[in-house]
Amino acid sequence: MLTKEVRGKLVDIVGGENVKDSQQDLIVYSYDSTPDYQAIPDAVIKPRNKQDVSEIVKVCNSHGVPIVPRGSGTNLCAGTTPLEGGIVMIFNHMSEILEIDDENLTITVQPGVITLDLIEAAEAKGLFYPPDPGSMKISTIAGNILECSGGLRGLKYGVTRDYVIGLEFVMPNGDIVKTGGKLAKDVAGYDLTRLMVGSEGTLGIITEATLKLIPIPETKKTMLALYDSLEAAGNTVSKIIANRIIPATLEFLDQPTIQVVEDFAKIGLPTEAGAVLLIEQDGPAEVVERDIEKIAEICRETNAISVQIASTPEEGAALTAARRTALSALARMKPTTILEDATVPRSKIAEMVRAIEKIAKENDVQICTFGHAGDGNLHPTCMTDARDKEEMKRVEKSFEEIFKKAIELGGTITGEHGVGVMKSPYLSWKVGETGVDAMFAIKQAFDPNNIMNPGKIFAKDTRKRVVVEK
Amino acid sequence: MSVTTDMKRNEQIKKDFKEKMDYDELLNCMRCGFCLPSCPTYIETKGNEAASPRGRIALMKAVVDGKMEPDEDFEAQLSLCLGCRACEPACPSGVKYGHLLEQALDILQTKKKYSPPVKMFRSLIFNQLFPHQSRMRGLNGLLWFYQNSGVQKVARATKMTGIVGKHLSTMERVLPSIASPKQLKNRPSHVEAEGVVKKKVAFFSGCLMDTMFMETNDSTLYLLKKANCDVVIPQTQNCCGALHAHSGEMDTAKELAKKNIVAFEEGEFDHIVSNAGGCGAVLVDYGHILKDEPKWKQRAEAFSAKVKDISEILLDVGLPEMELDPQIITYQDSCHLRNVQGTFSAPRKLLQSIKGTQFMEMKDADQCCGSAGTYNIIEQEMSMQILDHKMAKVDEVKAATIVTANPGCLLQMKLGVEREGKQKTMKAVHIVDLLAEAVKYKEKQLQKV
Repeated sequence: MLTKEVRGKLVDIVGGENVKDSQQDLIVYSYDSTPDYQAIPDAVIKPRNKQDVSEIVKVCNSHGVPIVPRGSGTNLCAGTTPLEGGIVMIFNHMSEILEIDDENLTITVQPGVITLDLIEAAEAKGLFYPPDPGSMKISTIAGNILECSGGLRGLKYGVTRDYVIGLEFVMPNGDIVKTGGKLAKDVAGYDLTRLMVGSEGTLGIITEATLKLIPIPETKKTMLALYDSLEAAGNTVSKIIANRIIPATLEFLDQPTIQVVEDFAKIGLPTEAGAVLLIEQDGPAEVVERDIEKIAEICRETNAISVQIASTPEEGAALTAARRTALSALARMKPTTILEDATVPRSKIAEMVRAIEKIAKENDVQICTFGHAGDGNLHPTCMTDARDKEEMKRVEKSFEEIFKKAIELGGTITGEHGVGVMKSPYLSWKVGETGVDAMFAIKQAFDPNNIMNPGKIFAKDTRKRVVVEK
Repeated sequence: MSVTTDMKRNEQIKKDFKEKMDYDELLNCMRCGFCLPSCPTYIETKGNEAASPRGRIALMKAVVDGKMEPDEDFEAQLSLCLGCRACEPACPSGVKYGHLLEQALDILQTKKKYSPPVKMFRSLIFNQLFPHQSRMRGLNGLLWFYQNSGVQKVARATKMTGIVGKHLSTMERVLPSIASPKQLKNRPSHVEAEGVVKKKVAFFSGCLMDTMFMETNDSTLYLLKKANCDVVIPQTQNCCGALHAHSGEMDTAKELAKKNIVAFEEGEFDHIVSNAGGCGAVLVDYGHILKDEPKWKQRAEAFSAKVKDISEILLDVGLPEMELDPQIITYQDSCHLRNVQGTFSAPRKLLQSIKGTQFMEMKDADQCCGSAGTYNIIEQEMSMQILDHKMAKVDEVKAATIVTANPGCLLQMKLGVEREGKQKTMKAVHIVDLLAEAVKYKEKQLQKV
C-alpha cells in the first residue's frame, strides 16, 4: 500500500479522480496477456500530460515506489505485470494523434494512441505505417515502442524500431529528454531513441513519439502453397530470397497447426499436408504481378503440392483464413495457451521446427508451430492447463530446450515479445554474462533506485521459471 | 440492511461464486485483450479496463479465487455491462462471456435484498407478467386504453408524463400505437403460403412482439406468406425468457424454455422463425440453459438447432420485388442477432434489394445502441451516452430510415430520433415492417401499370 504521504502527493499532482486504488481497480491492472502471471499494484495513476508524468516520477523516485507504465496490457512477457507492487501508470488521457506531416512523412503521437488508429490515420492520407503486431487493434503505440513489436510485415518493412525517429521521455529522476526528430540523419551523440525502443519500461516513460511513414503500396496480391514436408516449404523460402524477391508477408503453419486449424475452421486444408506457406506481395501492380508469378514458379519447382493465387481481394482474404484463425484454433483447445517467439535465421527454420516437434514429443506436451517464415520468427504455441503443475513443469522444460536450440542455430530467445519476466532467466544465454552486465550498467546509470518496472529483463538470483537443473 | 446480514450475504455470494461459476470458462480467457475494442462500455469509459470483458472476467475470477470481495463496485461493474456479447466474436479463445455474465448475475440476484417496491416490481415483471401471455394482453389493453381514451392527451398536455422522469416520459412517446384487445384476441394459428409451398416454418411470436408490436408480427406473417412459406403458430408458446436470463432469474427462464420446447415439438416444419434478435439469441441457447437437465438437454438442442431469424429465411426463399420512395436507409445491428446468432449480412442484403432506396452502412453499426433489454432503464446515463454517439453515426450517413431487428433496439432508436428532435425527417422501423411496406408499394406500382 502507498503511504498516506505518497498518495497525497500523487493526488496533488493529478487530482483524486486520476489516482485509482479501489479493490476493483487494483485487480484489473494486476495482469497482462501473459498466462499465469498476476500481481496486485498499490495504485493506478492516470497522468494528463508530460508534466504530470515528470512530477509523479519524482515522487516515486524519492520514495522508492515502483512504476509500471502500461498500454493496453497485451504483451506476452509479463512486461506490465506489477510484480513488485507500486503504481501502474496508464495513458488514457494522453492518446492524441498530434500531427501528420505530409512534407516530412512523419506522424507525431502521444503514448496512448492505439496502433490501428495510427495506421488508419496515416492511410487516410495515403501513407503507411507498416509494423502490424497481432494485437494492433488494441495495443498502444508506446507499448509497441517499449517492446519493439514486430508483426507480419517484418521481413520487407522491418519492425517498430525502424520507424521510431524521435522520442520525448521522462527519465527515472523526472527529467524530460527529447531525442531525434523529423530527421533521416542524426548522429548527435548516443542514439537514445534506439536505446529506449525495446527497453520495456525499465529506463523511462515515453510521453511523445515521432514515427516515420512511407507511401502506401499501390496493390497487394496473396497466394497459398501447400507442401508434403516442412523441408520443402523451407526450400521455397530460401529460394524466394535467393531470387532477390522480398515478399511483404511470408507466413507458415506446421502440420500440427494445420490439423488444428482445419478441425476448427473447416476451410478445406488437407490435414496430411506437412506445411502451408502464405505469401503476399505488395507494390506497383506490374511488380507484384511479376513477383507473384515468379514465386509461384519457385513453389512448384520446390515441390509444392498445390499453389493457389487469389485473383480478387476477397479471394485473398479467404486464403489468409488459415493463418488468421491459427491463434483462435489453438487457443480453443486447452485452457492455457502459451505463445512463444523463439527466432532463428530464416535458413534454419525447417531445422528449428523439426527440433520443436522432437522436444514436444520427448516431453509429452502439445506444441504447434506457426509464424513468420520470412524473418525466422517462429511461434511455438503450447496448449496446456496452468492448473496441472506437473505438466507445466514439462512445458517449461520444453521451452527451455527450444530456447537453447534456437541459440545453437544462431537465433534468439525472443524475436518480438520481449524479455520481461518470462525470459529473463534465459537472457544471458543469448547475450552472455558480459552482455547482461553491460545492459545492467545502463539500467543503473539511468535508474539507480530501480523504480522503473523492476524485476523485468534482469533475472533475480532465484530463477523462477527454470525447473531443470543444469 | 444490518451489517451482519450484509456480511452473511457476502459470504454466501463468495461461496456461490466458488461453487457455481464455470471455472474452466473463466480460465479459458487468455487475457489477450482482443475483446477490448469491441466493448461499448470500455470505449465509453475511455478505456477503463474494469469496464471491459477481460476486466469483468478478471473480477469474477478474483471473487472465485478469494482475491476480492464481491463489493458494491463489483456489482455495479457487472450491471454496467450491456450484455451485448460483441466480445464473443472477437475472442480467439471462444470464451462464452454471455454465459459467465448470466451465471454471475444469477448468483448476485438470488442473494439480493431489494427494497420492497423494487422487489414487488421485479416480481410483477418477471413472474407475474411476462410468463403469462394472457396478462401481457391485459397490460397491452391498459396501454391501448391509455393511448386511445384521451388519457394520453390529457397526460401529455398537463405534463403528467414528466412525473415518471424525463427518460421514461420520452419512452412513453416512442411506444408504438397499440393494438386493441379485440385485435389481440384474434391471432392466427396458421398462415398459408400464397403460391407453391417452398418451406414450412413455425413462427415464434414472442410475448412483447405479439402484443405491443403486433403490427410487426403481422408484417412478418405477410412476408412469409408472400415468400411462399407455410406458417404454423403454436398456440401454447410463451415468452422466450430472455429478460429473465439476463436479469438473474434463471429458474423462470428454464421453465419458460421447457414450455416453448413442448409447444414446438408438434407439427412438421423446417425452421422456427424469430423476428426479434433478443428472443432468437435465447432460443438458440436453450441447449445451454438446460444443459444440466438430462431429460431436457437433447430436446432443447433439437429446438435450438431449428431457430432462424426471419431475415435469413426471407433471403433464402426470396421475396417478390420491392420498391420504396427515394430515401437513405441504414441498419443498426441487433447485438444478439449478430453476436449470438451470427446474422448480419442477410438483413443488409434484403435492404439493399429495395429499389429506389440507397443503403448506407453507418460506422460501428455492429456496436450496441444502448437499449440492451432493461439496461436503458437501469443504467440510464450510460445508455443515453451510447445512444447519442450512435445518433451521430446515423447523421454521418444522412439516413432518413434507421432499420433495426429487435423491439428493444427499435424503441431505443426511436428515442434517439426524439432526442435529436428529428421526428419529421427521420424514422426508425423494424426490418419486416419496412420490407412489407416495400413489397406492397411495388405491388401497387404494378397494378397501376
